[in-house]
Amino acid sequence: MAAQRAARTKDEVDHPSSPVLQFGPDKPLKLDAGTLLSPFQIAYQTYGTLNDARSNAILVCHALTGDQHVANTNPVTGKPGWWEVLIGPGKIIDTNRFFVICSNVVGGCLGSTGPASTNPATGKPYGLDLPIITIRDMVRAQAMLVDHFGIEKLFCVLGGSMGGMQVLEWAASHSERVFCALPIATGARHSSQNIAFHEVGRQAVMADPEWHGGKYLDFGKRPEKGLAVARMAAHITYLSEAALHRKFGRNLQDREALTFGFDADFQIESYLRHQGMTFVDRFDANSYLYLTRAMDYFDLAADHGGRLADAFAGTRTRFCLVSFTSDWLFPTEESRSIVHALNAAGASVSFVEIETDRGHDAFLLDEPELFAAINGFIASAARARGLGA
Amino acid sequence: MSVNRAQRVDLDVVTDLIPAHSRVLDVGSGDGVLLELLQETKQVDGRGLELSQRGVNECVARGLSVIQGDADTDLAFYADKGFDFVVLSQTLQATRNPKIVLDQLLRIGNRAIVSFPNFGHWRVRFSLLIKGRMPVTKDLPYSWYDTPNIHFCTIRDFVNLCEELGATVEKATALDANGQKIGLSMPWWFWNFFGQQAVFLLKR
Repeated sequence: MAAQRAARTKDEVDHPSSPVLQFGPDKPLKLDAGTLLSPFQIAYQTYGTLNDARSNAILVCHALTGDQHVANTNPVTGKPGWWEVLIGPGKIIDTNRFFVICSNVVGGCLGSTGPASTNPATGKPYGLDLPIITIRDMVRAQAMLVDHFGIEKLFCVLGGSMGGMQVLEWAASHSERVFCALPIATGARHSSQNIAFHEVGRQAVMADPEWHGGKYLDFGKRPEKGLAVARMAAHITYLSEAALHRKFGRNLQDREALTFGFDADFQIESYLRHQGMTFVDRFDANSYLYLTRAMDYFDLAADHGGRLADAFAGTRTRFCLVSFTSDWLFPTEESRSIVHALNAAGASVSFVEIETDRGHDAFLLDEPELFAAINGFIASAARARGLGA
Repeated sequence: MSVNRAQRVDLDVVTDLIPAHSRVLDVGSGDGVLLELLQETKQVDGRGLELSQRGVNECVARGLSVIQGDADTDLAFYADKGFDFVVLSQTLQATRNPKIVLDQLLRIGNRAIVSFPNFGHWRVRFSLLIKGRMPVTKDLPYSWYDTPNIHFCTIRDFVNLCEELGATVEKATALDANGQKIGLSMPWWFWNFFGQQAVFLLKR
């Protein structure tokens, strides 16, 4: 099973099951690192139909370990799309009504150009030869994909966590192309604590001897142990202490008593090990390094002279921000500071904080209040955009 | 907050003061009843600021543009003259610093509309003077120990505060216990005695 999943992940890198848009030497991606990425490709999924006015398009931005398979069965894991609770025919984001686009970010590992992709210059995987990718680079690439569809203005851009960062970047650098924006459980910059957790994850990957200085694919190896540890540490930050206690407490795993050893005596240990092990089958370790780095580098205020409000100066985009009370990765204060900046910029903004003990991951779960907020916001924006029910 | 008949009238009075298509900030928007009324009847570009998260979530689910925040602290984040009207409806008496809040309203809006329960109403005076008890009435249903209303004022007091802040009263309306408007020809002392609620349109 695990080997099959890993093989499927490898297949998806250069020749994904998703549609792919290739950009040749005439259309390079200009990177913040100061270089050009060319040629490159974007793998994407779409759902629903673009209307004649091309005004009903919704771009969904995925999180750190997400992918373009937002509302279809994932080809690697065989699981439902990561936001199928929200997006689909008759769902809150109704694909009978809207044209939904979701693309794998540049730097990812499910078909868009990333460190596991074959470098045309060498015929080998890029590894660490891929320049550092930023959130703004991801958005630039997405904009090229949106151009390809002939869409001048997206009706909505939405996403959570790293996806939320992309939403904010869209709203800041392409505001005239975004009618409404829904950044969820995110921040306008990565906090010191968040950078710290990412650094732990990266060091775990790089400490694995199978990492081979980033060239593991050349040796037919993968730093599975390091990546699993990175995932375990990160996964804790996606939950909350209350939720962990509720779910696992100090319960023992398939045993009556402590074993006086280092087996996974506790359910929480067993759960985290499982999370780590399943993750390495579906994700590329170098991709994890690149994407965590992209989040660390994100600082929207710094990109606009240190004043966040200036990132949104003159914006006509409608915003709705959502945070969760138990999210300690992107606490409510992060959203609130964005709201204050939007207020100062005179923007139209709603802000909802949702009471839950499910932590950061709440944005991916069935949260009725989240859905009510998204529904109300999308419905009123659709009316304003002249998109009938 | 329960909405009784007199309060409904207060919303109508506020609505009448606002021309169509105005930019409006509703401070203390509750469950969004005024914002919705303004959007439906005046097609305003409306925003709200509400302290209770439950109220905010209800508003957003109804498609209103509302954020969670505290009038005492969060008005500072709004730009000067960003709105045609800033409305503070039945909230002034619950703020920690009504003077600063009113000052912010006048800064953010070209005009401010403030409605509040009048503590100079004869029933209130009667309760204190004759019964020797803090007043508990239909409009002021809380006991002294659990009330969110910490800064009551009379119509007279409010007019004084406006003068202190350099605000001009462009229009004022007092509503009696039945929600009827008190005649414009009546003197201030009459308003202050019989007005149960007051609505002021201010400019600075």
